[in-house]
Amino acid sequence: MNEIVLEARNIVKRYGHVTAVAGADFDLRAGEVLAVIGDNGAGKSSLIKVLSGDVVADAGEVLLEGQPVHFRSPHDAQKAGIETVYQDLAMAPALDIATNLFLGREIRRKGPLGSFLRMLDVKEMRSQSRRQMDELGITTLQSITQPVDSLSGGQRQTVAVARAAAFGRKVVIMDEPTAALGVRESRGVLDLIKRITGTGIPVVLISHDIPAVFEVADRIHIHRLGRRAAVVRPSDHTMNEVVGIMTGALPPPDPSEKVVPA
Amino acid sequence: MTDSLELAGEKAAAVPDTTGTRAATIADRFFRNPVLGPLSALILAVIGFSIFTQNFLSVDNTSLILQQSVVVGTLALGQTVIILTGGIDLANGAIMVLGTLVVAKMASGNHGLQVPALLIGFVVCAVLGLISGLIVSRLGLPPFIVTLGLLTILTSVSRLYTKQTVLVDDGPLTWLSKGGYLFGQFQITFGVVLVLLSVAALHFALTRTAWGRHVYAVGNNDLAAKRTGINVSRVLLSVYVLAGLLYALAAWQAFGRSPATSPNAYPTANLDTITAVVIGGTSLFGGRGTVLGSYLGALIVLVLQSGLTQAGIDPLYQNIVTGVLVIAAVALDSITRKKAR
Repeated sequence: MNEIVLEARNIVKRYGHVTAVAGADFDLRAGEVLAVIGDNGAGKSSLIKVLSGDVVADAGEVLLEGQPVHFRSPHDAQKAGIETVYQDLAMAPALDIATNLFLGREIRRKGPLGSFLRMLDVKEMRSQSRRQMDELGITTLQSITQPVDSLSGGQRQTVAVARAAAFGRKVVIMDEPTAALGVRESRGVLDLIKRITGTGIPVVLISHDIPAVFEVADRIHIHRLGRRAAVVRPSDHTMNEVVGIMTGALPPPDPSEKVVPA
Repeated sequence: MTDSLELAGEKAAAVPDTTGTRAATIADRFFRNPVLGPLSALILAVIGFSIFTQNFLSVDNTSLILQQSVVVGTLALGQTVIILTGGIDLANGAIMVLGTLVVAKMASGNHGLQVPALLIGFVVCAVLGLISGLIVSRLGLPPFIVTLGLLTILTSVSRLYTKQTVLVDDGPLTWLSKGGYLFGQFQITFGVVLVLLSVAALHFALTRTAWGRHVYAVGNNDLAAKRTGINVSRVLLSVYVLAGLLYALAAWQAFGRSPATSPNAYPTANLDTITAVVIGGTSLFGGRGTVLGSYLGALIVLVLQSGLTQAGIDPLYQNIVTGVLVIAAVALDSITRKKAR
């Protein structure tokens, strides 16, 4: 049984009168792909935003490798090693791939050129970007110096995922990474997710795409009415059963704690 | 999964990869270089006017055009960094004019006070930049409105401050036009050297430092910039303060052009700089453009004015040509942006 990397207990998040997250639990184990699914409005996005530092919870605690953490901004979460791929990708379209990969984390030249003139080490950033793409087996990008707006949707998603994988030392969170993509491009991203977990980093995958979830996830966190309704293994249930639990048509199965990655 | 990998391999093989080759990269870079457009426009205008007019390419005229470029050229640099963040500055001329008035009044009649007065001028302009920067970055108000308000306020403040024309003596304040380098008959004043150095320094900062990339990123997609951990509000603030300092530099350049300064000077500087920036290929939507292009844009406007004057055409037509050029430049930007989508 793998140890828990990221954990949340009793998270509550209210927006005015609306309680989006009502005492939700969450746990992510080393090396797994954990899918988070739930109906619109079930509060899965809010829960994930708490984990990525995008919003601050009203109550509850988040533990990273057993230590309590308090993220006030996405930047805090990033510093702790949690990277998020946002649905709208968070990229500067006019800048090239390598620049986008290192945006906010630029590498400066060594010596006085870097410390006094604050000059960037463009060469180093490009070669590291190239290496990162090779490591993830990304072959669809022609050149690392292409501006992002010359890329297709799938290629942009690939860059965003590669960035998250490069800097997410502990956790990579992906919010609907295949929602805007065609079949072939979705497949590329799913393969990428598997390759990231192959490097030992666990991935949280928020998705509406149940077949995709069944293909890549080790466990499925089913969110319903602001809480975790169940955690199941895709091998134990059919897609219909999972959708049934998600919508409330079926009662949740055995307690979540017992379900661990195979 | 293996199936999909094969698919990916197929796809990669079907499109031969030529971009990696050296020749392709150089050609690519050349044609993608945003300075190419304004530079060729400038060269074409210069060639055209030197064919159709007698004196256009004369040593005196070209040297004069360069000297005329220093004030609007420097102001346009500040305008460019602000527009790169997706903003606009309507108050840049007013900030500079107030700067010149403060400096001139302090230094009038006292030679020794010229340098301290100039330093005070830098402080005044930087503080005014800081004010618009704080309002834009902390309150999140649209720069167009903020700087329009500041323009209105500063125009009155300048007139309340002094109603007359103030003269400064020859000294450090006018030094930028008093000296220079002679290349045969061709004179390059210190002012021209300074504006070229300013362009180079800013170009370096924008393209070779993290700050510069953050400026572009903020203008491109400020939400994305924020999510990658960039302190968007601090970048905005730094840009407005830097612009203020550049306006102070422009004030110094203005003393070189003329020792007389008045609250009514440079009434259209804001629009002139926007014209230069747009013609120089910088997108009004932010995130795309170069300072070198903006300086070339300022030169293009001056070349057109000078050339059309030499050709004996009514100055009113010059403004029509400039206006057409601005609209054409914005249209070009809009079309290329749509294509990129």
